[in-house]
Amino acid sequence: MTTDTSPLSLHVPEPEYRPGDVPDYSRVSIPKAGSVSRPTVDADPETFRDHAFSIIRVLNRNGDAVGPWAGMLDDAELHEGLRHMMTLRAYDARMMMAQRQGKTSFYMQHLGEEAISCAFQKALAPGDMNFPTYRQAGLLIAAGYPLLKMMCQVYSNDGDPVRGRQLPVLYSSKEHGFFSISGNLGTQYIQAVGWAMASAIRGDNKIAAGWIGDGSTAENDFHAALVFASTYKAPVVLNIVNNQWAISTFQGIARGGAGTFAARGHGFGIPALRVDGNDYLATHAVAKWAAERARRNLGPTVVEYVTYRAGGHSTSDDPSAYRPKEESEAWPLGDPILRLKAHLIRRGVWTEARHVQAEAEINDEIRGVQKEAEAIGTLHDGSRPSPGDMFEDVYAEMPPHLVRQRQEAGY
Amino acid sequence: MQLTMIGAIQNALDVAMEMDPDIVVLGEDVGYFGGVFRCTAGLQEKYGKTRCFDTPISELGIVGAGIGMATYGLKPCVEIQFADYMYPAYDQIVSEAARLRYRSAGEFTCPMVIRMPTGGGIFGGQTHSQSPEALFTHVTGLKTVVPSNPIDSKGLLISALEDPDPVIFLEPKRLYNGPFDGHHDRPVTPWKKHALSEVPDGHYTVPIGEAAVRKTGDALTVLTYGTMVHVALAAADKTGIDAEIVDLRTLLPLDTETIFASVRKTGRCVIVHEATLTCGFGAELAALVQNECFLHLEAPIARVAGWDTPYPHAQEWAYFPGPDRVGRAFREALEDW
Repeated sequence: MTTDTSPLSLHVPEPEYRPGDVPDYSRVSIPKAGSVSRPTVDADPETFRDHAFSIIRVLNRNGDAVGPWAGMLDDAELHEGLRHMMTLRAYDARMMMAQRQGKTSFYMQHLGEEAISCAFQKALAPGDMNFPTYRQAGLLIAAGYPLLKMMCQVYSNDGDPVRGRQLPVLYSSKEHGFFSISGNLGTQYIQAVGWAMASAIRGDNKIAAGWIGDGSTAENDFHAALVFASTYKAPVVLNIVNNQWAISTFQGIARGGAGTFAARGHGFGIPALRVDGNDYLATHAVAKWAAERARRNLGPTVVEYVTYRAGGHSTSDDPSAYRPKEESEAWPLGDPILRLKAHLIRRGVWTEARHVQAEAEINDEIRGVQKEAEAIGTLHDGSRPSPGDMFEDVYAEMPPHLVRQRQEAGY
Repeated sequence: MQLTMIGAIQNALDVAMEMDPDIVVLGEDVGYFGGVFRCTAGLQEKYGKTRCFDTPISELGIVGAGIGMATYGLKPCVEIQFADYMYPAYDQIVSEAARLRYRSAGEFTCPMVIRMPTGGGIFGGQTHSQSPEALFTHVTGLKTVVPSNPIDSKGLLISALEDPDPVIFLEPKRLYNGPFDGHHDRPVTPWKKHALSEVPDGHYTVPIGEAAVRKTGDALTVLTYGTMVHVALAAADKTGIDAEIVDLRTLLPLDTETIFASVRKTGRCVIVHEATLTCGFGAELAALVQNECFLHLEAPIARVAGWDTPYPHAQEWAYFPGPDRVGRAFREALEDW
């Protein structure tokens, strides 16, 4: 029995660097591209437990695609992937500016995280369903959802498919496999599992993908989702986007000092992979692997995407108040667009000049769409959903008390 | 056929599952065992393990997975073993099930039924006796139903399963095996002696949103639901007061037409529920009645409810608003005001 009676002390984790510190990640060991094995999708999960602690990477420092997870995409698919990411980044930039100009109330950008949602969507088949968070608009772009509709949603104007009822960026498109985004964190994760269970109950072949951030893994919904997914071997891919920051809270507050987010899957007997989220090729290859596993009725997979939220959480916070401005630059996994661009140049199918030209084209396209959207309206101007519309869709059929209230309101 | 409330609920599920292959039943202990109250007995055997199955002990998970299933196109009927266990699922019910149609402008909908036994009278203590209906009626996007007898239980549950929106289906557990009227010191009366336990075979519905007048009367109107319907009937019998007893059956959407017609006729209104008084559903009823029937009222609207304490164990019958308290409220409502 111990005789140490010194008082207890509470451990409150702190990030390594705060404003004023010089971030230095040079001693963080990043596994070499190509160094992590690629198990068959039906391999015994016990044989690749260490994949939850490593990082699957394909693109090396020279821009080459190497190792067992490489070689899954052709030139055209890579060009398309680059274009999707560049489109998302340009769209974000325009919408950030529109918010600053007062054309909408709020916005959330993807800066630095574009590869994850853009690449993941290409691993799905028509009919599959994503249950996304607010930072996966690349799923929509890669699924071919019209930018105009996205922008109208952000502006809550008359072209907004959800009739001005949701905060900007909380998109919804069943047709594009994109579940209505909730503003409450984590709720979608267990819903994705239930949706996948329904596909299995019906004997269909559709799969679901749940999305959650590092911070929200602390929500009960995450635990429920992993329990249900593991119990019923649901055909679902359980994605965790670890972008290091939950508003101002670093990922260590949700994770504690132990293990990785991916490794949480192990406690439930769910195989888990950890992947370089800034590597379009690796992200796509891992997504494809997990999707195939789900579709072959082999059950769920947890995938942790290691990335970095290079911008603020939203237009409502200033990251320089809680982390060093230089941290984004110091982050060791680089920028997903620049890395794919370098790879395409290395392959000899892309040039600096073509990249500059593509950027200009994309910017023109987005400016054009923005004109079109603003011609319809913005949050405070132009054609917007009618006030009477707020009483619709509460129920399939409007009950008498809502009819009375709508009349009372004068609509 | 003659059924208890448990039998009627089981039969409703059976009839609905037979007609609609998209209905799935899930919850704690509902599968092989058939539920702790036996409401899902035999369903797994008849319809297979993928249509009626046990879940992990996670109310959040049960409702959250149910929402996912509903958005896929199934019609989940989930059971929360006791309404008191509902709270971990509340975010999924309020922020998700109730709001999905609205926030997606009708693109995603959530046709699901969330069944849960409510109310006390079984010495369940504070975690097996609560009546949280007001926590649901306050949430727009939900419908809330509370049957008081076997025939309504079956008809309302089938309606709920056919409804395009999420329905909270509250089952007063003290009524499961008999029309308990609050006389806890008397032998239990079985359902088989009660006219409303003669349940039609096969498919029928009792519409959501329609109250039923259980007893017509001229002296005063009683607005009540669930177990308290029988308590109110007993109080009327005991006091000899010619009360009109309105069984609301659905709390939201509310059948205000029946309510207002009755109060305008009698001029007096007593509201009775087992749930705690403050901000209970009775407060909404009182506000509506005074607003719409003000000139017809000859006495203040009275409320009889559970005391604003947690539901106690040993003091259950001091807590429960039994026929004596209800009868006293009837007499007071008839005084000259």
